[in-house]
Amino acid sequence: MLRPRAGRVVAGVAQGAAAQLRLDPVVLRLAFVLLTILDGVGVVAYAALWMFTATQQIEHHDRAGSRDWGQVAAYGLLGFAFGALALVSGAAAGGLAMWPIAVGGIGSLILWQQADPGLRQKWMTSTVGRVRATWVRSGIGLLLVGVGVIGFLAAQDQLAQASTGLVFTGVVLGGVALIAAPWLAGLWRELQKERTERIRQEERAEVAAHVHDSVLHTLTLIQRAAHDPREVTRLARSQERDLRNWLYMPKQDADATLAAAVRRAAAEEEDAHGVPIEIVCVGDCDLDDGLRAMVHAARQAMVNAAKYSESSVVSVYLEVEPGEATVFVRDRGKGFVLDDVPGDRMGIRQSIIGRMERFGGTARVKTAQGEGTEIMLTMKRTTG
Amino acid sequence: MKTVRVLIVDDHRLFRSGVRAELGPSIQVVGEAEDVETAVATIAELQPDVVLLDVHMPGGGGVEVLRRVLTAGAQVRFLALSVSDAAEDVIGVIRGGARGYVTKTISGAELTDAISRVADGDAVFSPRLAGFVLDAFASTEAPPIDPELDSLTQREREVLRLIARGYAYKEIAKELFISVKTVETHVSSVLRKLQLSNRHELSRWATARRLV
Repeated sequence: MLRPRAGRVVAGVAQGAAAQLRLDPVVLRLAFVLLTILDGVGVVAYAALWMFTATQQIEHHDRAGSRDWGQVAAYGLLGFAFGALALVSGAAAGGLAMWPIAVGGIGSLILWQQADPGLRQKWMTSTVGRVRATWVRSGIGLLLVGVGVIGFLAAQDQLAQASTGLVFTGVVLGGVALIAAPWLAGLWRELQKERTERIRQEERAEVAAHVHDSVLHTLTLIQRAAHDPREVTRLARSQERDLRNWLYMPKQDADATLAAAVRRAAAEEEDAHGVPIEIVCVGDCDLDDGLRAMVHAARQAMVNAAKYSESSVVSVYLEVEPGEATVFVRDRGKGFVLDDVPGDRMGIRQSIIGRMERFGGTARVKTAQGEGTEIMLTMKRTTG
Repeated sequence: MKTVRVLIVDDHRLFRSGVRAELGPSIQVVGEAEDVETAVATIAELQPDVVLLDVHMPGGGGVEVLRRVLTAGAQVRFLALSVSDAAEDVIGVIRGGARGYVTKTISGAELTDAISRVADGDAVFSPRLAGFVLDAFASTEAPPIDPELDSLTQREREVLRLIARGYAYKEIAKELFISVKTVETHVSSVLRKLQLSNRHELSRWATARRLV
């Protein structure tokens, strides 16, 4: 059973249990309220379930954690009304003894929550104020447990007899604590050491797994393709790029920014055609339709350069300025004469020039036989 | 043409022998060093014209070698060579005093050319370094403290842009209707600004941008 965070009223216990039992959560919520009113056992049960169930992990933090305060108020009012009714009718008279237990239950719940590793980490990593909040919570928890215990004894009229016993117990417990403290502290340190060791080993395992899946694999492929220098270069470059990304680059979404999209296009065409594509980006911006079209056109230019120019390397340069973005794709290959390209060839005219013009951009082709080709694409920016 | 005496400083033996084998006849490799200590000692002993300097090395890396050799006042020129390509490293080693930066994937012929250029007192910018410089000098709204050092001229910008586009110096000269010597002057001037500018944006930019 898991407690969902979305749509919870108090802690999501009723909702979680309802999901498990395939019931409407409202039924369980009412049951908890009624049980609480009758003799406090509802709170105890709720607290126990709260303690022993894990919170459902959530991916999106935006609204999921919010709680419906309207419902909290409604159930609270309902409970209050029932309570008043029960008090007037005398139905709840026998249940008084359970209240201290309920209070103690809430106290221990708070203390248990402190021990939840996830929450503890959350509190520890933030500011001093949060740390203080932890102490306040611990204090409230202890206080509530104390009140619960004393209340229980008082309700049973046994407080007087218990006090001597309590003093005795306290002294014994203190002695035991003194004896056990160094051992406990050692145990704690050992535990911490083991934990850091485990984390380190997990990290090492992750690195080893990555190296195995990527680098070792590529090295094997390179040995098998040793007779084909072009393939060896392609493999090595693709592995280099992959490793570089893994080491230095923050996770980038290639669909979000222009530089990332151009980088990805270059990487994919380099892999597809086995010609190194050197890329330099200056500035970056978000993508829009025009810029997306420019990325497509640039990709087509890279494909042309890689496939037909016979150049050993293709240079791509992207510059983002306040008003516009420009991409240059250059090779030092054999070049061509634009007018000689047959009209039915889609590459240059349609995929590059036509596409850019449709989106209000421009494409300029600079080429001469034997001197390579440079394609310059310019597009106005509409995004920030 | 007189031969250029070169010292290779790199902690990978395989790489050192690879470079040695690839360099043209105009280059004479006079020695090798594998860490900061031996590099500093060997430079003092051999007085090479150009030091090929690896950026990442045990004992502080290329920047440490630059610091110790240049503060000692030695007349030796450095060309940084790295696989890293991280803006932080590139800008760091240039500001440390290297006269150029190339990546280790560079071909033997290009490296030979770059070494000769550095030996002649010129600067060597790879397309990526040019891109970094454009980016670093562009990304500011704050007015420059020293306008002469803290901003690039229109012409310098044009030259850097062409380098970033993959143009060789000769091609840049042709494109801009200027001589190769003028291109070299512009690049050297950019290098000087890069090394001397106190714009703290420059280092902040480099550290903030850990992109390749």
